[in-house]
This record gives sequence, C-alpha cells and structure tokens, in this order.
Amino acid sequence: MSACSEIARRVQAGEVERDHFVRGALDRAREADSGDVPLHAFLSLETEEGEAAEGSLAGVPVAVKDNICTRELPTSCGSRILEGYVSPFEATVVRKLRAAGGWVLGKTNMDEFAMGSSTENSGYRPTRNPRDRARVPGGSSGGSAAAVAAGIVPCALGSDTGGSVRQPAAFCGVVGIKPTYGRVSRYGLVAFASSLDQVGSLGATVEDATRLLQAVSGHDPRDATSADRAVPDWAASFGVGVDGLTIGVPAEYFTEELDPAVAEVCREAFDRLREAGARVREVSLPHTRYAVPTYYILAPAEASSNLARYDGVRYGVRAPGAESIDAVYEESRTRGFGAEVVRRIMLGTFALSAGYYDAYYGRAQRVRALIARDFRRVWADGVDVLFTPTSPTPAFRLGERTTDPVAMYLSDIYTVTANLAGIPGISIPIGAVEGLPVGGQFLAPMWDEARMIQAAHALESLTGAVAGGVGDARREGTDA
Amino acid sequence: MPETPSRREGAVGEARMAEEMEAVIGLEIHVQLRTDQKLFCPDSTRFGDAPNTNVCPVCLGLPGALPTINEEAVDLAVRAAVAFGCDVHETSVFARKNYFYPDLPKGYQISQFERPLATGGSFRVRMDDGESVVRIRRIHMEEDAGKSVHDRFRRATAVDLNRAGTPLIEFVSEPDLTSPAQARAYLQQVKRVIEYLDVSDCNMEEGSLRVDANVSIRPRGSTTLETKTEVKNMNSFSGVEKALTTEIARQMEVTAAGGAVEHMTLLWDEVKGEVRPMRTKEESHDYRYFPEPDLPPLRLGRDRIETLRAELPELPASRADRFVAELGLPVYDAEVLTASRALADYFEAVAAQRGDAKSASNWIMGPVLAAMKDVGLDAGDFPVPAEALADLIDLVEGDTISHNVGKGVLRKMVETGEEAGVIVEREGLVQVRDSDRIEAWVDEVLEGHPDEVARFRGGEKRLQGYFMGEVMKRSRGKADPGEVARLLARKLEG
Repeated sequence: MSACSEIARRVQAGEVERDHFVRGALDRAREADSGDVPLHAFLSLETEEGEAAEGSLAGVPVAVKDNICTRELPTSCGSRILEGYVSPFEATVVRKLRAAGGWVLGKTNMDEFAMGSSTENSGYRPTRNPRDRARVPGGSSGGSAAAVAAGIVPCALGSDTGGSVRQPAAFCGVVGIKPTYGRVSRYGLVAFASSLDQVGSLGATVEDATRLLQAVSGHDPRDATSADRAVPDWAASFGVGVDGLTIGVPAEYFTEELDPAVAEVCREAFDRLREAGARVREVSLPHTRYAVPTYYILAPAEASSNLARYDGVRYGVRAPGAESIDAVYEESRTRGFGAEVVRRIMLGTFALSAGYYDAYYGRAQRVRALIARDFRRVWADGVDVLFTPTSPTPAFRLGERTTDPVAMYLSDIYTVTANLAGIPGISIPIGAVEGLPVGGQFLAPMWDEARMIQAAHALESLTGAVAGGVGDARREGTDA
Repeated sequence: MPETPSRREGAVGEARMAEEMEAVIGLEIHVQLRTDQKLFCPDSTRFGDAPNTNVCPVCLGLPGALPTINEEAVDLAVRAAVAFGCDVHETSVFARKNYFYPDLPKGYQISQFERPLATGGSFRVRMDDGESVVRIRRIHMEEDAGKSVHDRFRRATAVDLNRAGTPLIEFVSEPDLTSPAQARAYLQQVKRVIEYLDVSDCNMEEGSLRVDANVSIRPRGSTTLETKTEVKNMNSFSGVEKALTTEIARQMEVTAAGGAVEHMTLLWDEVKGEVRPMRTKEESHDYRYFPEPDLPPLRLGRDRIETLRAELPELPASRADRFVAELGLPVYDAEVLTASRALADYFEAVAAQRGDAKSASNWIMGPVLAAMKDVGLDAGDFPVPAEALADLIDLVEGDTISHNVGKGVLRKMVETGEEAGVIVEREGLVQVRDSDRIEAWVDEVLEGHPDEVARFRGGEKRLQGYFMGEVMKRSRGKADPGEVARLLARKLEG
C-alpha cells in the first residue's frame, strides 16, 4: 500500500487527528533545513487545509511547486519579480487536491519561472539533493523532488515543460509523471510555455505519484486546452505486470551524450522487463536530435510573451523612482528577472521578430510536428510504451553547469520530446551509479497513461529501487 | 512615386494637384459586440461603471489565469461576417499581438492574424450620384484593451481595466474609397447594417464603434498604391470626413512641394482641426504575432454558419428597395424609413394595420419623427405603439378629427401614453361638419374683423388664410377645414 493510501485510510478511520501527518511533515521540513547544509526544498512553509475530511488524499501533506497558485501561500515562481505575490484565486489542481482531502504543505523551490534543470536558477536560493547535498536536485521542480526524496511528503505537485518533473525525479530517486497535454488543468499554473506546460506529480512510489495525479486530473472548463475526456482509474494498472507488453527502445536515446554507467543501468532494466515477459525491441525516432533546438525556439518564444505581464504596473516588483513608463518596464524587469529568464526572453523575442518568424518559430513548429509523427509511427507499429533513460547523467554538482547554458539544456535531451509531442511520460528510479539515483523513463501514446503506469509499476517492483532510506512520510511525530 | 511635381508654385500647383490626384482610402472599423460578457471571461461589459469593478483574474492578466471563448460573441461576429458577404472560415486562429502598454494587462492582445474569422466580402455604398462597391478584406475577432486615464490624477496616469477583454470585431476594407464624403457614407451605411444585425449598438461616444483610416494619394487613373498614412482618433462621422479632407490636403501639399509622403500614424485633433503625427515608421511596433497557445483554433461547423446566415434579418438596402417596389414609396421616404431597424419595423407595422403605406409614411416621416426628436427617443422606445398610431391615422383619414387636431392628439399620446380615441372623446375634438355651427363661427370671425374684410375685398386675397386660421381657432380646431373654406369663400366673395 502506498504512503498516500495508508495516510488517507488512517485519517478517515479516525485513528489519528486529521492533521497528524501534516504536522509530522512540517517538523521534517524544518528539520531538513536545520543542518549545516540546509535542504531548502521550500520557499514558504505553511499549510492550507484540505477541504474535505474524506477522499483519496485525506490528511495527506502535498508539497506544491511555487508556480501553482494557492490562496494563502505566496506564489512567486521562484522569481524576485513576484516576491510576496499572493494569488487571489486557487489553481484548479490545488482546489482538486484539497477537495480530495489533501493538504497543501508549503510551496517548493524551483528554477525561476521553471526555466532551468538544477533549481540553481531560483531567485532565492538553490535546493540541495537529499541524496548528496553537494549535488543539485535537478529542476525545475527541484524543491518538490527534494521534498519527496527527503521523506518530508509522500507526494508533491510539479510542472513539466521540458522535463521539469521527470528529470528532478530521476536525480532525487523518486517517481515523476508528466501526463498527456490536456489531461490536467493549467488554470492557475503560472505559464512558462503554454503549449508545453503540464502539471505533473511526484511521489515516493509509482502509486503515490499516480494517486496524486488521479486526484488532480480531468477536464476544466476554465482551461480551453484541457481535454473533455474521461480519466480512467489508473489504480487498475497496478500489479498487472508487463507480460506480453511490447516495449520499444529508441536508438536515438542511447548516443554519445549518455553516461555509459547510466546506459548500463538501463540495460539491466531491459533485461528485467524481458525476463518478466515483455517484448523489448529497438525502434527509431529519427527526429529526436532536433528536439532540443526545437524546444529552445518554441519555449522561449512563448515565454517571451507569457512573461510580458510582469511589467511593474499592476503587481510584483516595481522599480522605485522610475521616471517614465518605459523606465518602469525596464528597471522593474531588469531588477526582477534573473539571468536565465532574461536570456530566454531575448531568445524568444528574437525568434518571433518580423523577418525571423518563419525561419525560427515557423520552422520549429514544423519540426515539432515531425517529432510527434515519429512517435505515432512507433505506436502504429505495435509498440505499447517506450523505455529510455530520463537524463544522460545522474545529478551533477552545484555550480558545475551554471556557466554553460548548453550543457545545462542537454540534461533535458530525453525529456523534451514528450512535451513537444504532447505524450505522457514517467520517470522511476531504476538503480544507482556511485550512490546516485538513475531514472528510467516510460513514454506512452497520448491519453494512455494507464499503459505507462502499468509498465512503471511493474519495473519498480522488479528493481526494488524504490525511494527509501532517507525518510518515510508515514513515520509519525517529530523524528526525521 | 507619381510624376514628381518639382518646383511647382504654391497654390496654383496645389489646385492643379487636386485635379490630377485622387485619394485612396481604406477604413478599419472596430465594432464592440453586443454581449453582456467579455470575450474571454464572464465579466460584465457594461459602460460607465466605477473603474476596475468589472474585472477578474483573466482580464487583469493575473499569473495563471487562462482565457475561454464567449460563444455568443463568436455568433455575433459570424452574423456580421455573413451579412457582409464574407467567406467565414471553418477554422480560424487566435493570435497574440505583443506590445507593452500600461492598459494592456497581459502584455499582449488576443486577436486574429494569419487566419482571421472571415475574408473577402463586399458592400454597396449608396450616394446621391450612384452606388459603388467597397471590398471587405477581412473581419477578425479580438479583445479590447483597458483605458488609460491621463486627466484624473495629477502627474499620474490611471488605468481602468473595465474595458479590457471586451469583444470586438475589426472590419477592414480594401482601399476602395476615393473621397472623404464616400468614406463617411460608407461608414454610416456600415454602421446602419451592423445596428440592423443587432451585432453592436455602434455608440461612437462610448467607443463601441471606432474607426481608423489608411490614406494615400495617387495620380487619377493610376492603380498603384503609394505610401500611406494612418489616421486615428476620429470620433464622429463628420470627424472622419474632416480628418480625411485635412490629411489628403496635407499629402497634396507635401507632394506639391516636391516632398514624399512618409509612412506614419497621425492623430486627428477635432478641436484644432488638424492631424498630428503620433509615431513614425522607425518607432513602429513589431507585434511579434504568433498563434495563441492558450486557445485551440476556433472551429465553426458549416451548420452553425448556415444557421446564422438563415437567421439574418432583412438588411436596410434590400428593405428600402422593397418599400419602393412593393409599397410604392418614393426612394427618399424608403431611405428615411430604413434608417434604423426599429423605425422600419414600426413603419411596416403601422402600414400593415392600415393597409396603406403612403399615409403611414407621411405620418411617420412628419409628425412622428418630429415627436421622436423632441422627446429624444427612437422607434425602439417611442411611447406610441404602432397600433395606437394606426388608430390615430384612422381617425384622421376617416374625417373624425382634422389633420391638425390629429397632430395635437399625437403629442398628447406621447405625453400620456393614452389612446387617440380616449383623448378625442374626453376633449371633444370630433370634427364638426355641421354647416350651421360652422357658419356661426365664420360669421363671428367676419363680424369681428371688419377692417380685414374690407382689405380682402379690396384685393388682399392672401387674407383668406388669416380668416381660415381664426375660424379654426374659434372652433378649437374641430371645424371641417373644407367646409370652413367653402363658407368663407361664399361669404367673402358673394
């Protein structure tokens, strides 16, 4: 039984107070920040009560990424420009998780506006990797991944635009799911790149991440890009196994960028899947190598527009003493945005400029369509799910890539394709390299999270590489 | 450039220019759609509310808020597009128009760019000297921005976002207009059609109809388009005509002096009667349009488009034609009576009840329109219903009351809302045709005015009207005017 289910069961049975596990989580969160090298998973640490006393998440503390709007806790997106900003409305996913009995436990640190792969681009402070505090937790949902990996909470919400849930899940040794684009409402998720953004879940186990995702999924009339289609009961995928499943292994994901030790862990995973009855076969996704450049045209282009509203006029930082409206814009934005955000706004503005639009944005959209077609061909060819590494390397050290944006961008090389194609992906721990967790990723056709969860759940039980040993959210009281 | 009129001399050159050159004008009309709710959120579109009260996270552009489409606004936009003969596209795409402005909360306006709602329509403009066709290039949907208020606070600009997100259509003509007067006629007639369609209330003062013009000049007969300027801030029909006249004269002057017209945006200053540059091409925006990722493409089923087409009301031009052809009205009457849909409906109802179009037309074009003007109401809320007016006309045509008494009764009906019969009865206004009673009034008048009678008999025949008026006055308007005239003639001549 997952931590989520057990907490919900005990709370609903009246065995403990409603906030019993929430208090324990608060204590553990404070504890994690108290040592010589604080974890800094959270930007704000207060609770927002569950709305219902019963439900699949009754009494479950859920950490929420700081780009998801909450009514009481600030929503800064890890940016100075929104320092202290409190949203007057609640994101649909937060409303749903509270309706299912879940409690918001703090807002988690992130790369500013979700732009980054290490959480070092936070406008406030970096988050550490609970497995090795000299290393990054990945990003941009690094705070959420660290909170789960440190055993503070059994599950957390993140957002995934190019791998921002799956890559930190891999780095921290937890499970991260990016659902199909349109499966979860984006209403109240502060936009980075609207056509790629999707709220995702992180959990200590496949079940925890799945149960949280189940609670927040579904059509939302407030989000025109959310799909009006039924959400299956994904718990039905647990324990089904992989016997008879066809698992594709894309050759393009096993190239020179991939750390050989990570590749070896992946090979062991294939063997286990094969032994469990899956047909594992190599496939080709020929446009994969264009994914990162395509992503770094489209995402910054949308971001340059989405971030225009932070102009110092209505909310957030306004530079004092600005003498003209242009000065208000320039000084507020210069003061409020960090270097990576500025870089992407510049890139995106350029890509959309008159005379360059077709060469950059237009072309990137066409390549995006080809990447999506690659996947459709593989599914049409009888492949049920794909299996790949989540990231080319395990977690790197703080500061190791901060001066080399391209090296940083390459840590998303295996995850951006799912966002470009709109398909779901899940990262689960599949082993370790020198004590650092290694994540493996399953990708599935649009709307077929069930198959992906089925495969991930099976592999999780086969490898036994479940998050643990650092903290257990089920533990009660104040001991960490 | 046309032949460069270098070194031409002052006014002579300009006069010659005016003969040799023609204006090329295209209008962009922004029309606010008549919906209760905004285009992408449910806030009210009501005009005149306290600042920043009709707002929500969506139209404030708060982080995390997302737009959703108002289908009623889409229907209105489609209705306008089919009425103007446009090809309505089954798929159109919203796009972001990016620019920074304090009253633009998201830093972009949601509009349509590469794939608008509709393209390729046309419109017949009627003027005294004939009819011409203006092609409609496109009609697209977009949201309005908020309002910057510069005069409310000292040394500060205030922003009111009540208007932000109000649904608009932008209605772009091809540059087919050739004179300010024609541009004005086009605008007036387009406005009339849009009002007919109930797509917008077209209130220029409240900004629900705004117009910008693109203007250039070229040698008469040329078909090339020269460098154009954009003229904004024309807030009335006469303003459009004056602003265009002024700008065309300015371009003529520049060209006559050997200069070249520069591409720029100009503001019309109604008070000073001049156009002022707002921004030049160098400072012009790159709007960085791209498809709006928060909204799926707008898909309209053929059925929906055809249903909206089938529900179109009869438009003013064809209605006027029908009034002429079927009801036998003069062209002028037909034009006046179709000025608004409500007026035309009113006329038709009166004519139908009486089975006589001409008398209905006479009454409405005369006393009724005058009364409407007096009380400041239009046919939609005029207090005399069509049936009541028809009853009044029956009383006059049936000689129960005189025409003049009828006009007075109409005024009372407007004031009190009573029916004509009630007023006539209470005030004893039934026309008197009894010769004896009329003769008595005539005698009283003639006896009371011996001098005038003498002058009349001495040849001042125009005093006939004076006696007539006096007799009618004495009868409190009730005397049958025909009988009065007959008796007066007999007594004065005889």
